[in-house]
Amino acid sequence: MDCDHAMHRVYEYLDGELTVWRRRAIAKHLDECPPCADGFYFEIEVRRVIVSKCKEQAPTELRAKIATALGIEPPPA
Amino acid sequence: MADPAQFAELAMPFMSALYAAALRMTRNPTDAEDLVQETYLRAYRGFDGFREGTNLKAWLYKILTNTFINQYRARKRRPEQVDLDDTEDFYLFRRLGGLEAADATRTPESEVLDAMPDAEVKEALEALPEQFRMAVILADIEGFSYKEIAEILDVPIGTVMSRIHRGRRQLQKRLWEYAERNNLRPRVDSTAGS
Repeated sequence: MDCDHAMHRVYEYLDGELTVWRRRAIAKHLDECPPCADGFYFEIEVRRVIVSKCKEQAPTELRAKIATALGIEPPPA
Repeated sequence: MADPAQFAELAMPFMSALYAAALRMTRNPTDAEDLVQETYLRAYRGFDGFREGTNLKAWLYKILTNTFINQYRARKRRPEQVDLDDTEDFYLFRRLGGLEAADATRTPESEVLDAMPDAEVKEALEALPEQFRMAVILADIEGFSYKEIAEILDVPIGTVMSRIHRGRRQLQKRLWEYAERNNLRPRVDSTAGS
């Protein structure tokens, strides 16, 4: 496993979509290659930041509207 | 007809997540609210056909994305069929100098990310072409597997994978453009170590 191969699989690795053998080969490369390991870690950070910055709360009026449409009590605000 | 209280108990907890996805898809709060409401009504009507033990969250997202594609995209004359220029792996990390020799006095690359305003990150995601945007939302924000996304969007897994990967890289490109415009980059602290 070289750097290019590892980088090319970064998303599948982080998404948990690789076979156990491929995972092991990448994990071994990351152990031996700190720059690649930093890059993988950074990709995790990018995702964490995107998730935390794209959070939304459903508006209370929307909850009430849907509850009414379903004919149930709106949830307490 | 399904029991509304039972449906509500199971489905209502997903509302904020569905609303967040709807907002990124429609890019406007009024349409997002309409889309979520329509999703719940359709889900309720189809609830009898929903088999217990199957993935309720994935089922709700399938209804959400189908409703979005059928109703909101129908307003446009033609569906968006855009391709993206592919960008290299580790796009943002490279731009931020992450592959250069590590310097203990340098601000970590991740701090640049934290410094980006929420609105900019949302805009960067919303700027992705629709098919890439949907795949990235489902994978990154909602944490669905490639297989689940393939079922939700009704496309092959290989297509899902390619859309997620390219969408993410494109998103990083936009975040980098923002960082560059605003001079956000890892800094070397000149006072350290002296």
